Amino acid sequence: MLLDIQNLTLGLPGAARPLLAEVSLRVGAGETVGLVGESGSGKSTTAKTVLRLLPEAASVTGRVLVDGTDVLALDGAGLRAHRAGTVAMVHQDPRSALNPVRRVGDFLVERLTSTGTTDRRTARAKAVELLGAVGLSEPERRFGQRPHELSGGMLQRVVIAGALAAEPRLLLADESTSALDVTTQAEILALLRSLREQRDLGMLFITHDLHLAAAFCDRVYVMYAGRVVEQQEADRLFTHARHPYTRGLLACSPELEDIDRALEPIPGRPPSLSDTFTGCPFATRCPHAEPECGTWIPEPVPLPGGGTAACRRLADLPEGPVEQPVLAKRSPA
Amino acid sequence: MFASIGRRLAGLLATLLAASFVIFAAVYAAPGDPAVFLAGGRDKLTPERLAAVREQYHLDEPLVVQYGRWLWDCLHLDLGRSFQYGDQVSDLLSSRFPTTLALVGYATVLFVVLGVGAGVLAAVRRGSWVDSAVVGTTTLTASVPSFVGGIALVAFFGVRLGWFPVTGSGEGFAGTLHHLTLPALAMALGAVAVIARVTRQAMVEAGAADHVEVARAAGLPEHQIIRRHVLRNALGPVVTMCGLVTAGMLAGTVAIETVFGLSGIGSLLVGAVNSHDFPVAQAVLLLMVAGYILVTTLVDLVHPLLDPRLKAMRSSA
Amino acid sequence: MTAAITVDARLPVRRRPVLVIAGAAFLALVVLAAAFAPLLAPYAPDAVDLSASLVGTGGDHPLGTDASGQDLLSRVLYGARTSLIAPLALLAIAALLGVTLGTVAAWRGGWVDTLVSRVTDVMYAFPGLLFVVLIIAVFGAGITTSVLGLGLAFAPTIAKYTRSVALTERAKPYVDAYRVQGMGGVRICVRHLVPNLARSIVGYLVVLFGEALMSLATLSYLGFGSQPPSSDWGLMVQEGQAAIVQGALLPALVPGTAIAAVVVAFNVVGVWAADRLGARR
Repeated sequence: MLLDIQNLTLGLPGAARPLLAEVSLRVGAGETVGLVGESGSGKSTTAKTVLRLLPEAASVTGRVLVDGTDVLALDGAGLRAHRAGTVAMVHQDPRSALNPVRRVGDFLVERLTSTGTTDRRTARAKAVELLGAVGLSEPERRFGQRPHELSGGMLQRVVIAGALAAEPRLLLADESTSALDVTTQAEILALLRSLREQRDLGMLFITHDLHLAAAFCDRVYVMYAGRVVEQQEADRLFTHARHPYTRGLLACSPELEDIDRALEPIPGRPPSLSDTFTGCPFATRCPHAEPECGTWIPEPVPLPGGGTAACRRLADLPEGPVEQPVLAKRSPA
Repeated sequence: MFASIGRRLAGLLATLLAASFVIFAAVYAAPGDPAVFLAGGRDKLTPERLAAVREQYHLDEPLVVQYGRWLWDCLHLDLGRSFQYGDQVSDLLSSRFPTTLALVGYATVLFVVLGVGAGVLAAVRRGSWVDSAVVGTTTLTASVPSFVGGIALVAFFGVRLGWFPVTGSGEGFAGTLHHLTLPALAMALGAVAVIARVTRQAMVEAGAADHVEVARAAGLPEHQIIRRHVLRNALGPVVTMCGLVTAGMLAGTVAIETVFGLSGIGSLLVGAVNSHDFPVAQAVLLLMVAGYILVTTLVDLVHPLLDPRLKAMRSSA
Repeated sequence: MTAAITVDARLPVRRRPVLVIAGAAFLALVVLAAAFAPLLAPYAPDAVDLSASLVGTGGDHPLGTDASGQDLLSRVLYGARTSLIAPLALLAIAALLGVTLGTVAAWRGGWVDTLVSRVTDVMYAFPGLLFVVLIIAVFGAGITTSVLGLGLAFAPTIAKYTRSVALTERAKPYVDAYRVQGMGGVRICVRHLVPNLARSIVGYLVVLFGEALMSLATLSYLGFGSQPPSSDWGLMVQEGQAAIVQGALLPALVPGTAIAAVVVAFNVVGVWAADRLGARR
């Protein structure tokens, strides 16, 4: 297994609840795994622990294995080599991911030289090659340009080129397309997919968009309040979502074909770091909650079709595609 | 780009004109006859001297014409004659300017190295005892007027320990360096505080940028991140502030040259004011103010070169 | 990265209330010492005693004497008066000018604003000290000229500050409300606008005090400010400097230390006070 996160729990001194609670997650080589959740659900934090980018005062338990090595135990040069070589991250906002005062080429050369290419001329040639590989026109010219001269989509390609510089085995894409407009988003997704195929990368694809994750990934994890609440094959998740939260997410996102369906927002508000939970964190917003849910510490329950869902009422929950409520037909205004 | 440089230079000229006019016209603010005032007061006044002053300053003509002629003469380095020293003012200036320039240059090197160094150190070790020490020391040195600092240095390193000469500017490069160390240090002390704080602040701000964490996430060595991503991005405010402080140092030599008995233009100004030698005072003030305005304009022009975003903004504006 | 250059010199102090209390206590002591100098000083500040020239510490003179045998402690105590009152006067003049100009510029806008801005710009072209030296070259040395000149030199920065806070204040609804009631501009400014800005402006002035004291001391040291037989600290340093070469450090260092100590204390307390008063950075 390329990435194997086991029972990862991460706490901060000031926070009422852990940022991450018992998170377990696996990504195989060549596999694309989606990680979905609202902001604050812990999905970015999970990705950052893979690079051991932790808040200063954080207390961590559990293991984060990359290729069998526990990342949390790394330090100093070993940690730098891990960050520079094995795993690369593509961040959300390409404009803030690049140093605005330096040239695009400097960014790439720097990445290349930190991973072994010591000769500057070779590094330069490689950088231009990478710029071409991520689909930028006139790579020679891009090399000398500065970030403010490029569009958001072009910059994200640069950032991806930078991530590829190290020839990593695992790519962490943290909301990598969220800041882009729709057409650019599609181009970047296509690029990520083809790169994954060519280079046999494992990819952890983080997004708040469940539909996007289901369409783009092989498997999807859904997170809520620092916990993984459900995990399934992507196409099954779409049709057989089990956890009430996942179903709530599906019910509240619009889709082309069911334009008449009423969008049902999940009642209540997303949990903040100051909320504490004695049991299932979703209980207060869950339509199926019973008093016992408030004291049941969630644990993954295996699903018949593969995957898990962390809900004690699985047996009583509806199956199959999220239903269209009867009262949903909107009367023409 | 060129348009903005043009605007700066036009602004520079306008400020120079305005400042020089103030320096020139100050004569008319003095009580009594400007000719008498320019000649150094009534005590040693002779009719010949008065006539010479009238002739030199064209006092019989309208104010604007006088100013125009005076400026024209200044541009031709004809700054009149000092009645105190009996020399051409321009000769006085040119013989004393090198000392002042060396002093300012030396002090600049000191405060840039020490100030930026301390600031970087404080920023990198933010929250540690190093940071507290830098902040504490700079609070202290910023509160000591340079002449007091100079006196203290003379007292301890000059007189008590005898490591450095107490007065004079020395011969040759090594001698000059030896003689100017204490004065330059005294001038630099306050500046070190300012630069250290600006550097620390700019580094902290630059270090909070997302791309710095991205670089860290990519496993770049820390010293490289600090040099290429934090310090490099913090340079704008740091260089600007260094320029402004250097510009201000020309005026700062007034006190320091007096403390250390250096014969530069600062002590020349003090002597001229105390002995009512107005033509000399005027010339030194003009030189110092012109230098100040020039350096500040230069800093303004250099700033966009350090930040390509500013350059883009200005040329599109 | 923000484009604006702001120096955060204040942050470190806020975390250390102990320093602020110590600074305030020291300043209170200095003010008391200045006020009760005649009671505290063992000698008259100008009592010359050539037989006791350059006496060290201890004995009859706690801090020693200067070349003319004047008691240094007594002189420093008396000198505190000039050294504290003169910067206050300077700031008062600068504030009067600066606040007036800044308010008028912000209130009237248009060519008045442009004119005030241009004048401030030209003043900024002079390093403050040189401007005062020019004034002294013209009007002659003396503490009054120095205070007036530095008052003029400090006014532009206060005007600039006042203008910026007044512009914000002017945009507030209550100003329009008074206008609608038919109240005149001068009255709104004097009765409402400026009083509402007072806290912030005082906060700004407090930070300038240390610099005012240092500038005045420098002028006195150069012989441009207080004239003998004053016990102004800057002047005392100048008079004491000659004795350094003879190995007597106290005559110059005692007043020098006094200047530095008061400025340090004031900067520590001032920065804290400016924050409390909500002065804009």
